[in-house]
Amino acid sequence: MVSTPLDPNRAESVFADFKGEYTTEQATLEASRCLYCSDAPCVKACPTHIDIPQFIRKIATGNLKGSARTIFDANILGMSCARVCPVETLCVGDCVYNLLHVPPIQIGKLQRYATDHAYAEGWRFFEAGVDTGKTVALLGAGPASLACAHELRRRGHGCTVYEKRPVVGGLNSTGVAPYKMKADRAADEVDWVLGIGGIDVVTGVNVGEQVSFKELEARHDAVFLGMGLGPDTRLRVPGEDLPGVRGAVDFIEEMKLTPMSLAGVKHAVVIGGGNTALDAVREARGLGVGHVVMLYRGDEAAMSGYAHEWAAAKVEGVRAEWRAVAIGFEAGADGRVSGVLCQRLDERRHPIAGETFTMSAELVLVAIGQSKLAGLVQSLGGIEVHHGRVVTDERGATGRKGYFAGGDCRNGGKEVVNAAAEGKAAAQAIHAYLTGGL
Amino acid sequence: MPDLSSNTGGIRSPNPFWLASAPPANSGGQVQRAFDAGWGGAVWKTLGQPIQNVSSRFGAHSVAGAKAIGFNNIELITDRSLETNFREIYDTKKKYPKNAVIVSLMVETREEWRDIIKRSVDTGADGLELNFGCPHGMCERGMGSAVGQEPKVNQEITSWAVEYSSIPVLVKLTPNVSDILPHGLAAKRGGAHGVSLINTIKSIISVDIDRMVPNPRVDGMSTNGGYCGQAVKPIAMHMVAALARDERFRLPISGIGGISNWRDAVEFILLGSSSVQVCTEVMLRGFRVVEDMIEGLEEYMRTHGFANLDAMIGRAIPKYSEWGNLDLNYETVAKIDPALCIGCNKCMIACEDGAHQCIHPAPAGSRVPVVDEAECVGCNLCQIVCPVEGCIDMAQVDNGFTPASWNQFVEEGRVLRPKKGAH
Repeated sequence: MVSTPLDPNRAESVFADFKGEYTTEQATLEASRCLYCSDAPCVKACPTHIDIPQFIRKIATGNLKGSARTIFDANILGMSCARVCPVETLCVGDCVYNLLHVPPIQIGKLQRYATDHAYAEGWRFFEAGVDTGKTVALLGAGPASLACAHELRRRGHGCTVYEKRPVVGGLNSTGVAPYKMKADRAADEVDWVLGIGGIDVVTGVNVGEQVSFKELEARHDAVFLGMGLGPDTRLRVPGEDLPGVRGAVDFIEEMKLTPMSLAGVKHAVVIGGGNTALDAVREARGLGVGHVVMLYRGDEAAMSGYAHEWAAAKVEGVRAEWRAVAIGFEAGADGRVSGVLCQRLDERRHPIAGETFTMSAELVLVAIGQSKLAGLVQSLGGIEVHHGRVVTDERGATGRKGYFAGGDCRNGGKEVVNAAAEGKAAAQAIHAYLTGGL
Repeated sequence: MPDLSSNTGGIRSPNPFWLASAPPANSGGQVQRAFDAGWGGAVWKTLGQPIQNVSSRFGAHSVAGAKAIGFNNIELITDRSLETNFREIYDTKKKYPKNAVIVSLMVETREEWRDIIKRSVDTGADGLELNFGCPHGMCERGMGSAVGQEPKVNQEITSWAVEYSSIPVLVKLTPNVSDILPHGLAAKRGGAHGVSLINTIKSIISVDIDRMVPNPRVDGMSTNGGYCGQAVKPIAMHMVAALARDERFRLPISGIGGISNWRDAVEFILLGSSSVQVCTEVMLRGFRVVEDMIEGLEEYMRTHGFANLDAMIGRAIPKYSEWGNLDLNYETVAKIDPALCIGCNKCMIACEDGAHQCIHPAPAGSRVPVVDEAECVGCNLCQIVCPVEGCIDMAQVDNGFTPASWNQFVEEGRVLRPKKGAH
């Protein structure tokens, strides 16, 4: 166990799974429905290209060990991806049954069934390769670094993961909506991945502060940048520093790791229209806030958050204010936030003169994006940063020799499965670099 | 309104749906409830010498989540007393005079046959069915399929039964033979009024792979059982048709084997059955399944203009021939409807790996595979694996060749079209 023991009373523990787990009968029936397509569209839709028809067939036949092996061989984070992937827009969305107007195969739930079984049985499929004597530093202990480190270990390279938080697992531990996966399950995955051995995890260490890149380069043969994104972006409007106004990512992390009371909160406003905003509105509802409103500058069609998540949020009682922005926050007698002053926008997102309104809010969550951490590496010669993202070739190599990148710091903030795919691809590139030069 | 009434060798019933001699027809209570549900007749669970059954009697063959598409049992004949059975048969017939009650029998000696037939006839039953089919347990004692597999014994015992019985006698045949015809003809020579087939097929339903013991397990042991249920239907239909199409046979047939709905029943009737018997479907789902069977058959007869069953019985038999009479110049090719295709590529992989390598991957930008019609042999495999109804059509090709069967090729020197897919 490298993970810090989690508080059993942390706020996220009140959530139940949005998609329940399958019994054996349910899994077998669903797996038996799979058409076992050749050159299947679901496989193409998966960033890690799991052989989905094959793992599903193995569930149908009762070959669960083989099923889990198929999944993990393609994606070592298959357990968390089964829970957190937006399958509606990936594999399940491309299931050919959709074209028949027949319910598509529940690939995520089947993958959860197989991978949970492997965890419960303690099955392990991969061994570390013969020690090459080379070591790699990995920045950040999130999905990208974990996937990268595991793949490097299969090839015999030593790994040290540097993580600034006390908690490992990255957003899987601190950011995933708890009705998809809770932090303890993310910790299980970290332990399971580290079980291959030879991956050192150093927590509480900020690269660039406690340890310099120069030191890393002296200690290791290659560096993988998998540090994700930085803190929530600020709105920069008056009143933003009032107690009760906070960044959504920061709020979610607190909810996932510590106890939290929203007893005084009757109204919550979440600002933004992306997937973090959608997580935040559903989480605020789930934590018992009666009135939850999503405030978004565009309309429903323009929202970058997934339609299926918004549909679920609506069912849970969340409302939206479209085409409006927060222009200030009001304080109550207690000095905490009590309302959001809003400005209505026209179709071109220009303020409509005179159309302002106020919404009550004892909690305001700002979900308009996260800052990029690329500044951290910008000073290193050769590394190109574009719109805050570390630029690499398609396999993850940066312009600086021996430096590779993957996950949110490279892609600007995508899914766990993208981080897993990029981490694995980068490991293959690192292996090529360490064994033969690029 | 089509007339569903059925006559099988003089045994009349309001419709052709009978319970087969099996657990659902084990008692008066069951048979009477079945008649209330709409069943036209019932062949009572076989009467004979006292027996004792084992615990753990049934096993199932389940496929891809579909439970019990095949079924087997190692149960023997009735384990209730003859007195009880005869009393209940009498009561049932009294209460349900229009429904057919057939008594299934299995004993050994001529005296035993004489006695049990007399007592059966005295119940007022409509007919007898001689159980020459049971392939487990009873055959080890020289009865059941042990009789059905020996035409001489079959003929002899049948002739005894016909001699002693004043009501029609059906002989129930076993499928555990290489050719059904000699056995049907033996029953005919013995004087039977009709036959019923098939009885169950000798089987091992499954093996418990952890205990390494076949199922169903009786303590740590097992034995072969009788296989039935939907999975046996194709075998049963062949045997029914093999008798129905033979000029020498020409006896009424009560068809049995995997009949689970009206469509199955229609198929058996078109292949020559005057009535159909059902067991497994009732065991799995209850007597109520007959409602759909009756409705479906009625609607089918209406749609096809059949006023009564006689107009329909054996209608597919003239179309059942030897392979040597099939037209080798008849040509079909697969046509994939791009508007319906969902791009699963099941046809492509099936043809590539399992057939004649003439369906190729879609060109870039499409997911609709391409059929190489010049090589397509028209085997139907792609159509079979396609999940979309109507997406793959096996379209006839006018190739300009006049029909030519193998026999015509050999005997008359007719011209055959060039082979396809023989690359």
